[in-house]
Amino acid sequence: MNDRFLDFAIRYGFLILLFGLIVYFSLAAPGFFGPLSAAFVLQSVAITGILALGVTCTLVVGGFDLSIGAVATSALMLSAYSMVILEHPTVVAVFLCLGMGALVGLINGLLIVKFRVPDLLATLGMMFLLIGLQRIPTQGNSIATGMTLTDGTVAEGTFSAAFLWLGRHRFDVVIDRLLPMPVVIFIGIAVLIWLFLGFTRHGRLMYAIGSNERAAALVGTPVNRYKIAAYMISGVTASIGGILLAARLGRGDIASGNNLLLDSVAAALIGFAVLGAARPNAFGTAIGALFVGILLQGMTMMNAPYYTQDFVKGAVLVAALVFTFYLSSRRSGAGH
Amino acid sequence: MSVDALKVNGLQKSFGKNHVLRGIDVTLEPGSVTVLMGANGAGKSTLVKVICGHQRADGGSMTLAGHPFDPANAADAIRQGVVTVHQSIDDGVIPDLDVANNLMLDRLVERSHGLFVRERHLRAAAAKVAAEMGIDVNLRARVSDLSVADRQMIAIARAMARAPKVLILDEPTSSLSATEADRLFALIDRLRDQGVAILYISHRMSDIRRIADRIIVMRDGAISGTFDTAPLDYEAAVTAMLGHRMTDVDVAVQSGSGPVLELSDLRLTQGAAPINLEARDGEVVALVGLLGSGKSRLAEILYGMARPASGTVRINGENYAPSSVEDAVAQGVFMSPKDRGTNAVIAAFDIADNMTLPFLKSLSVGSLLSAARQKTRAQEMVGQLGIVCQSVSDGIGTLSGGNQQKVMIARWLLEPAQVLLLDEPFQGVDIGARRDIGRHIRATATGRATLVFLAEIDEALEIADRIVVMNEGAIVGEHKNQNVDLAALVANISGAQSTATGPQP
Repeated sequence: MNDRFLDFAIRYGFLILLFGLIVYFSLAAPGFFGPLSAAFVLQSVAITGILALGVTCTLVVGGFDLSIGAVATSALMLSAYSMVILEHPTVVAVFLCLGMGALVGLINGLLIVKFRVPDLLATLGMMFLLIGLQRIPTQGNSIATGMTLTDGTVAEGTFSAAFLWLGRHRFDVVIDRLLPMPVVIFIGIAVLIWLFLGFTRHGRLMYAIGSNERAAALVGTPVNRYKIAAYMISGVTASIGGILLAARLGRGDIASGNNLLLDSVAAALIGFAVLGAARPNAFGTAIGALFVGILLQGMTMMNAPYYTQDFVKGAVLVAALVFTFYLSSRRSGAGH
Repeated sequence: MSVDALKVNGLQKSFGKNHVLRGIDVTLEPGSVTVLMGANGAGKSTLVKVICGHQRADGGSMTLAGHPFDPANAADAIRQGVVTVHQSIDDGVIPDLDVANNLMLDRLVERSHGLFVRERHLRAAAAKVAAEMGIDVNLRARVSDLSVADRQMIAIARAMARAPKVLILDEPTSSLSATEADRLFALIDRLRDQGVAILYISHRMSDIRRIADRIIVMRDGAISGTFDTAPLDYEAAVTAMLGHRMTDVDVAVQSGSGPVLELSDLRLTQGAAPINLEARDGEVVALVGLLGSGKSRLAEILYGMARPASGTVRINGENYAPSSVEDAVAQGVFMSPKDRGTNAVIAAFDIADNMTLPFLKSLSVGSLLSAARQKTRAQEMVGQLGIVCQSVSDGIGTLSGGNQQKVMIARWLLEPAQVLLLDEPFQGVDIGARRDIGRHIRATATGRATLVFLAEIDEALEIADRIVVMNEGAIVGEHKNQNVDLAALVANISGAQSTATGPQP
């Protein structure tokens, strides 16, 4: 009986908590329950969610990617540089960013599998490098139309309407102009990664690598290729996040995206606790991101000051980790 | 001795409806080695866990040297003098510290030790412990650089530093070679002379013959036999364990049809003697040899993990030089590696996922996995190999060692192989599962050449058509598995000069 209760708690505890939270805020904060508020929550978590899905892939192969935040801000700056200063069309700017993300992922992967640098250190180094690199072309300044360049000329380019559309367009769902484009992209990527990790043989092999790399190699899995692929997925999703951020802001703001890394890593780790998976998974990551979003939205509507937000996120993360590691270990211990 | 070291009375333990221990009575005497035998699932591990404080009993009592003994946890059991060396050695040592620090680790934990480590004192004390235990290794060497046997010795030495009354060794030889095991036995002899009561859990008959003073056999959660009059009746012990008489496995020796695998002048390393070997279709060849005999190296070469120094390998007449494991598998050479815990089992996966791992491609539509096909295939193999499980969606960790190994072997029987390599397939496997595996390997042998890499002669005699002995990277003897001259075989293995039984055609 006790075992079964524990089992139930591990499996559904987090979802029940999420549901309880929604009910509580709906009752306590007028206006919380409604399509506009829901769209706002989704909007607030879309970009972190996309980054978190990428880092989930690296967690699956037993790695970690600390460079995602820096990749996203680099993509933000690169898209601005490409459109505002070099006056590229939208498509070129987008592909430049995606290519940059893939390249960074490839370098991360090679550092880890070929040069045997531990994953945390390799991606930490890459993070540092990118944070520095994105400042060099503009001498540390933000990029906006009309800014004066070092050679005295004025940047003539602008963010194209098509590019801004990516970040600002809203689809008509229930109410006119409700669902923002980044949310649609977030949901699309979530479904793709969920299918990829959960239902393809590639995903299954990546989980095998994360659980026992040597055993996976000894059944003929090309371990290195899968690991590099995981970091490349992470790099590409991070660059998508950066593109959407740039499209929403409409300028190459050097200071934005500071919280991206911590927030998305937190979402991926909270995801461990969803459905008692006790391992990285796309569904959990998406729910994890949503959980944080709902909590913050509800608290904001109940007039909690903004500076308590990080504290709350941290508390949720710690609770989720205890949930995952302590309760699950008790369950597996009792099973024998 | 008047007082028993450890006395266990009517011990009971259940997990839900599953009665794992139903009234166990055991006494351990000082200065004596008691071997605990039992097939997987007999309740050995649970008994050990209760004695060493990992789990509480539901009923019954224990006394230690005449006093009631009811350890609250593992640390409590150790404090009271019951020390256990578990199967996975690395639980007992700190790999990144040197030998001296490992030996003195328990001293460092004591509050009376003080804040600073006095390096010279520590080394002197460590040297003393090492000398007492007969451990002959460089005290400054890092434990991670030592062999498994040395690490095991250090784990035991650490246990002994607490001067235990009872020492429990859980399958200590499962990853040791014969010579390494001999060193361990010498150490056990010394401890017995010091008056320690030793409980030794093992599957290996050769170990048991070597060190047992008494044998206790468990079966279905109860003691099914106690043997303590010399000479010990080993056959009766095995009977008590299995519930039926141990019959010598009758191998209907096959000589196989056409050659499948041909090694010509293969040198494992620069300067090693050339190896020439042929394995035929339908034939099971056992390669036996001690650690360092080159059989692991040969397995690695055939499986694309290493390159030979020179020579050629042909499969069905075509040159075979795999560049990677992936390449080897693609060419129909499969290997079930030794040490399944590190090399084969995916702990996070269920039985079906573990079993089908190498062949996910053929169980997918495009890239999309078909869970239904995985299940069907896994269920077929579960039936064929007699794997005991509730369902193929159970976690691999819920299976006993023998059944886990069956899953690991089944993995490579899912698709037809040209050459099947089995490296120590009977490691940590009870005798029942071992027979099942052996029978199934032989029954399915047609259509491929099967090479089995083994350290134990008994196991080779059970499974092989032909036994090939390796020593120092060369083939030193070959025996058809029919009225084998055991003395000659043993002489080959131990490297006594080549005997009359030279290679046969």
